[in-house]
Order: sequence, then C-alpha cells, then structure tokens
Amino acid sequence: MDKSNIRNFCIIAHIDHGKSTLADRILELTKTVALRDMEDQLLDNMDIERERGITIKARAVRLLYTADDGQEYVLNLIDTPGHVDFNYEVSRSLAACEGAILIVDASQGIEAQTLANTYLALEHDLEIVPVINKIDLPSADPERVCHEIENVIGIPALDAPRISAKTGQNIRAVLERVVADIPAPKGDADAPLKALIFDSIYDPYKGVIIYVRITDGKVKIGDRIRLMATGAEFDVVEAGYMGAVDLVNAGELHAGEVGYITASIKSIGDTKVGDTVTLADAPCDEALPGYREVNPMVFSGIYPADGAHYGDLREALEKLQLNDASLSFEPETSAALGFGFRCGFLGLLHMEIIEERLEREYNLDLITTAPSVIYKIRLTNGDTVYIDNPSNYPENTLIAEACEPVVKASILTPKEYVGNIMDLCIDRRGTFKDMTYLDEDRVEMHYVLPLNEIVYDFFDALKSRTRGYASFDYELSGYEPGKLVKLDVLLNGEVVDALSFIVSEEKAYPRARKITEKLKEHIPRQLFEVPVQAAIGGKIIARETVKAMRKDVLAKCYGGDISRKKKLLEKQKEGKKRMRQLGSVEVPQEAFMAVLKLDE
Amino acid sequence: MSSRGLYIHIPFCRRKCIYCDFYSLADEGVQDEYTAAVIRNIRHFGGCFDTVYFGGGTPSLMSPENIARILDSADIVSGAEISMEANPDSVTHEKMCAYKSAGVNRVSLGIQSFDDGELSMLSRLHDGRGARAALSAVRGIFDNVSADLMLGLPFQKPSTVSDNIDILSGFGVQHISAYMLKVEEGTELSRREDLLSGIDDDVQADIYEGAVEQLSQRGYPQYEISNFARPGFECRHNLKYWHCEEYLGIGPAAHSFIGKRRFGVRGDIRSFMASPVMETFTTDDNAGGETERMMLALRLNEGCDVPPDVAQRAGRYIDAGFMTIDGTRLRFTVKGMLVSNEILSSLLM
Repeated sequence: MDKSNIRNFCIIAHIDHGKSTLADRILELTKTVALRDMEDQLLDNMDIERERGITIKARAVRLLYTADDGQEYVLNLIDTPGHVDFNYEVSRSLAACEGAILIVDASQGIEAQTLANTYLALEHDLEIVPVINKIDLPSADPERVCHEIENVIGIPALDAPRISAKTGQNIRAVLERVVADIPAPKGDADAPLKALIFDSIYDPYKGVIIYVRITDGKVKIGDRIRLMATGAEFDVVEAGYMGAVDLVNAGELHAGEVGYITASIKSIGDTKVGDTVTLADAPCDEALPGYREVNPMVFSGIYPADGAHYGDLREALEKLQLNDASLSFEPETSAALGFGFRCGFLGLLHMEIIEERLEREYNLDLITTAPSVIYKIRLTNGDTVYIDNPSNYPENTLIAEACEPVVKASILTPKEYVGNIMDLCIDRRGTFKDMTYLDEDRVEMHYVLPLNEIVYDFFDALKSRTRGYASFDYELSGYEPGKLVKLDVLLNGEVVDALSFIVSEEKAYPRARKITEKLKEHIPRQLFEVPVQAAIGGKIIARETVKAMRKDVLAKCYGGDISRKKKLLEKQKEGKKRMRQLGSVEVPQEAFMAVLKLDE
Repeated sequence: MSSRGLYIHIPFCRRKCIYCDFYSLADEGVQDEYTAAVIRNIRHFGGCFDTVYFGGGTPSLMSPENIARILDSADIVSGAEISMEANPDSVTHEKMCAYKSAGVNRVSLGIQSFDDGELSMLSRLHDGRGARAALSAVRGIFDNVSADLMLGLPFQKPSTVSDNIDILSGFGVQHISAYMLKVEEGTELSRREDLLSGIDDDVQADIYEGAVEQLSQRGYPQYEISNFARPGFECRHNLKYWHCEEYLGIGPAAHSFIGKRRFGVRGDIRSFMASPVMETFTTDDNAGGETERMMLALRLNEGCDVPPDVAQRAGRYIDAGFMTIDGTRLRFTVKGMLVSNEILSSLLM
C-alpha cells in the first residue's frame, strides 16, 4: 500500500460524547465488521468499559475505505483512553497519529476533557477534524457549539460535519474529512527501523502483543528486534495489522503503517508503552522522544474479606498485571486486616476499575483501605523519605517538612455553579488560579488542589454541587509543603492500623468527628461498651461510644420449636464469621467501606 | 416407656393480636371436626403423658365437652399437670367449672396488661376490668393459676409494668410468665411505624430487669428467662422443653421431640383435619445432643453442668458478670439472660 493512501487517526471526546458509537458506525460503514457480528461499542471490549462508557485500554483497528475520489484508503483508527488517569497512554496513542477527530456533543458543547485532550493533540501537531455529534437530540444546538469550538479552541468549525453517530446520519462526511484533511504519514522506508509502542496486551497463546506505529524502516517475521528502553531483544514471530475481530499476520510492516508484532515475549514489563522498537543488527541512532516510566500516584491496601483467599487475591493481581503494567502491588500486613497487598494505581478511576475487576472477574470479596497519595517527608536528620502507607508515617517530632502532591485542576461549569465550586475548592484546600468565560454561560476555572483532597470523593462532590453539569480534569503538578498530620482511629483503646490516614491539620478535627460518627453507625452493639476514638499522636480529638448491647434474647419458643432456636443461634454464629475481630471488637466489613465515603 | 408431655394446639382466635405470629384462624365453627382429628392423632402416636398443655390460639374457645373428649382419649398418668391457656374475654364461671370437671387443673390466663390503653393498642378483646373479673373467677375455681404479662410494649412506662405485677400478686396467682415483646416478621406490629418508634432495646432491658427484681420480692423467683413462680408451681410441661425431655405436639404448626427426632406439622388446619394422620416434617433427626441440652438448660436459673472446655470459654462472660459458675454448674445472671443469644452463639455453636 502506498503511504500516501494511509491515514492514521484517533478520536478524542469528553466522556459520553459518542466516541465509541462513532467508532462503531465507522466500522460498519467500512464493512470492517459484518453487521451480524456487531455488538454495541465494539472497540471497548471489557464489560466494565462498556458499562461505564469509558475506554480503559487503547485498541487499534485497520479499515479500508473507498473515498469519493474513487481511491481506496487504509484508515488506522487508534482508540484512546478518555480519562486523565491514563494521560500518558493517551499521549503515546496520539504520537502514533497524524490527525484526530474531535467529537463535541451538540447540546453539551465543550467539556473539560474535550479541552484537555485537544490541547494534548495540538501538542503533538495533530490535524484536528471537528465533528458535531448528537444532532438528533431535541436539545441540540450545533450552531452554538460550532462557535464555541472556534472561540474556545480556535480552530475553524463552521463546516464541521454535523452527525448523529446513534442514527448513523452523515458518517461518510466524517471519513471524507479524514481523507482530505489529515496528512498521510511521512517517514523513510529505507532508514533503520524505528517504531513506537503505543500499547501492549498479554495473550496466553502468543505472549505479549505489542501495538506499534512504524515511523521509519520496516520489520518482518524473523527479524531480531530490540526494545530500546529495556534493551530486551526478541525474534519476530508475527507482524501484521488489526482487523476488528482478529489479528491478520501480514508478515511485515512498513514505515507509516500501524500494526502489531509478536515475538514470544513473556512479560508485559518488557514492552513499555512509549518505548521504541528497532532492529538489533541495524539499530536507529536515537529513540523516539516522549518516553517515560509511568508511576502509580494513588495507593490503597487491598485485603481479602476472608483471609483464606489471600492466595486467590495474589493470583488475580498477577493476572491483571499481565495486561496492566501500571498496576503495582506488594504484600503488606495489617494488624487489623491480616495479609493483603499495597497496590499502586495511576489514579482513582484506575483504582476503582482494578477493584471492580477483582471482585467481578475473580469473584473476590475485598476490603480496601482509604486511598493514599505519596508524601515526601524531609526528616530532621536530613533524609528524605516517600510514604505511601499512612501506617509508616513518621512521628511528627521527626519531620522537618512534609510535602504532598498537588494537581492543576480545570473545571468547566455553567456559570450559576461557580459559587458552589469555589466553596468546594476552598473546602478542599484549593488555591484559585484563574477563571475565564468560554461564552456567556460557561466558565472554565483553574485551581491547584492537593491530590489527597481529590482522591476521596471530589468528583462525586462536584457532581452533586452542580447537578452533574460541571466537568473536571487534572494533571499532576509536583509537591507542595503542607501542614499534615496522621490521624489514628482507636477501637476500645487500640489503634486500628487499616483506618489511619493522613490529613491536613486544619481538617483533622472535622474529619475525626465524621469518621467516629460513621464508625459508630456501622459497628453493631457488642456485649461491652466500645469507645470509638480518633487521635493525633496519642491525643484524642474525637470520641463516640457504641453502647453495650442490652437485649438479644429469645423470650419465647414457638410451640416447642427448638430447632428454630438452634438455627437462629447458628445463623448468628455465621454472621460473626463475616466480621473482623479487632482485639475484642467485632467490626463488619461495611465499617471499612463507610469511612471511605465520608461525604454522604 | 417413661411419660411424655402432650401439647395440643388450638388454632382458633376471635381476633388476631398485632404482635402474634402463632398459627390461628377465626373460624371456631369447625371445632368438632378439629377435635376428632386431634383424637385420631393421639391414638395414632400413643404413649403415656404426665403433662398436657392446651396452647393457642385460644383454647378457651373450645367447648368443655371437646376438651373432655380429647383428655379422655389420651393415656394420662394420675397426678399429671393439665394446663389450658384462656383469654379473659372468653372466661365464664360455668365454663371454667366445666373445664375443671373435664380434667384441667391449671389455667394460664392471657392477661398481658391491666392498662386499657396498652390492651387496645395490642387489639386484645378484654380491658383491665375484664382481666380482673376473669382472674377472680379463675382463682375461685383453680388453685394453680398462671398469668401472662407483656414487657417492653411500645411507649411502655416502667410504672405500668410494676402496677401490673402488684395487681397479679394481689390476686395470689401461682405463676407468672413475663414475655418481652419481640417484633416478629409478617405481623401487623412489624408494619406499624407509629408503634415501632416506641420500642427501644435499652428501655425493654430496664423494664425486664426491674420486673425480675420486683417479682422476686413478691415471692415469684425467676426459674426461666420469661417464667416466675411460687416455689413448687413451676410449669412442669414447659420444663420438659428446657430439660430436653420428650413431648408430642398435635395440631397445625405444633412441634414434637420423640426419640432423637424433632419434627413439626405444617400450619394448615384444612390438611390437618383431612389427613387420617397429621403429616410431619423433620427439623432435626439427631436432636438432644450435648450442645442442645446446654442451650436449653441455660435458659433456666438452675443452669446446667458443663464440660471443662465450655467452662473455660465462659470465663470472659463470668468475669463480665453475664454468667456465674459453681463447680461445673454454669448459669446466666439476669443481665446475661438478656443477651443470651449473643453469648450462646459464641459459647456453644
């Protein structure tokens, strides 16, 4: 295939603006997949993705399209994750493209992720093809949205295709714009191989499958390749492209093409997204720019509800890690929860997805601890330590300076909610940066916020204060010093390590009150009175009491039905097994969950 | 063969009380047919009995003739305790005399309270005056009389309970059953938000502890979680349950324990009357073991002898004042009885 007839592009959109639906329509139109094989939203092939309407892992597909000019084009559609947690993966996917379709919802207009992803695409010099979607909705106002795109993003949009991905209206116009506006790939087919890894997945039969964009040169079966960041070398077993349902082993890939390589690679850790593939015996001079290691930002302890399932949990995490190199975990022990794992995630969504997959796909019942970020602590002896587990937080007297990670947050909202959002951001220790009107109605606000203030429930709080209208995006922005303290929770006088967390000094008191109230609500009355306390460095700052149980008795036995009484006691015994015994106190799993939802 | 207890369920009630989940229905017109079915089953199962208990429902809705027929059909040892539950609204002097002639020698009156407000809240058919009249009639005829009281009713004042106990002891009854109200699923009470809001575990526990204390002062020491009696007047039939002794239960929703088998009868009067022999279902075919024996006996103030491992596990409850131990004999304290489910489920199960 002539390079000039190749188009490599992706679709960027705010969540729910119709990215997956448009991708489906394009697959249909190009007959890449027979209609009878269509499942709604084909590119998102994990259940969770489909339910949440988000794309977790990038996928790519090759389409053949005969354009109005009579020529046949190869269209490589690279699907990108839409969420900030996967920002780096997005940036690598963008680097594999020459252009991007920008979908904007005809009634909602530009949202926070629309902007974030567009800026990212512009950074990679991509040609943007704006598309107005959902014009079939009664509330659609494509005219206003076109102006918004021109004014806010500054790209021409008045002649942007106006489509309905749902009904299939005007999809062909989108592909015509892709062919006409997005440049063909450049690159020297005779230069040494230089290919970008933009994704990789583990396949139990083929080993790791790496998704690549060939920038220069070519690769074929039998070639010995080198992955430049890790230095690992492998012999190519397959090289080809991605059909919608199957990989097609074409035997070789050339400059400008998007495809896959397998090479009996056992570990996904060897194939880092962003790395450069070259030939071992004829390497290129330098790797492609932009590669970096991805580090987890949010940490949480994950424990099996039933300690007997520790082995199952480890196995499940190992399997998930095969396909997700950004998930990290190591064993940890909690006095309260027993044996479990400290897991690291790219962000909150990533954490939720992993927890959900563990529970759903591996049928595990889990207890998770409050999410924590990495604190950077300068000790009085001059050392600097990084703490991702509140249990390991040093005593206050040993700390010279404590720093916490902060993010730059961008919030888009209808103007009537500006006050609510300011209140929320002040409450979350945010620093106001600026605010601009996108149009008469909509405002973009910028804040610097401590990451630890958004890992709990910021997104939910934002949604509830803006009736769901505000959108939110963030990027990490280094460390800032903060007045931080470790808050311990004591049950019956004993610290429960799994409930400790780090909090800013000013918020310690309200948080302590809230957490003790929540625990009191969720811990059932026991034979003994149970004090529930919160403390900073041994000083109690909040207390509630779970009163002693006074009455739990069967006053009467129905007509001599002794078996019923016996079963009742047996059931009661079973109920106890689902509780965690912390010292002399029995704590139900829900109590651990409840403290994660303090805003309710 | 040693003597068993005989329980006969009389499933008729003129009106359902809001807290009751016992099997009953309003149609007492079938009582002759019902009596015939009871007698068929007594003959079928056989055995000899040293206690008989007519429970309900409302046994006093049965005619004295039917009660007599049933008693005549059973092999009852001389000196047996023959109890019958009665509701104050269906008590008359003549009827009570006739029951006595039929063989009944102990009457348990469903008084529940003397407070008119509480009685109407519970949908009882009698009022305080009716309760006193019935008591006085029954006391004049029987010299072994028991009365039921309810503790912990919605919005109940401790003083009401204390007055009720004084009235009962004033009548000189021999036995008092004082049951703490329990909200059973499916009852009208369980749907009555207005009343549920007036039920509180702590208040119930206080009322119970107060009642146990007061009853003891009036000469009714506690012998079981909900039962109090003048010495020598403990209910022998009910003691069979707690002593893990055999009993035959006849009637819909009745339960039996014979051999190692515990079994029940479905709560359906039609099929009970239609079958030549009542159909039973086994609830436990290896009953009467050590655990069960302790579970039952620990309801009694006399407690029971326990093996060393149980005594050792009970240590923490003894230290905290929920139990006492004397040699190998373990007992609940009053405070412990109140939370006995919680303790037994850890101690024995």
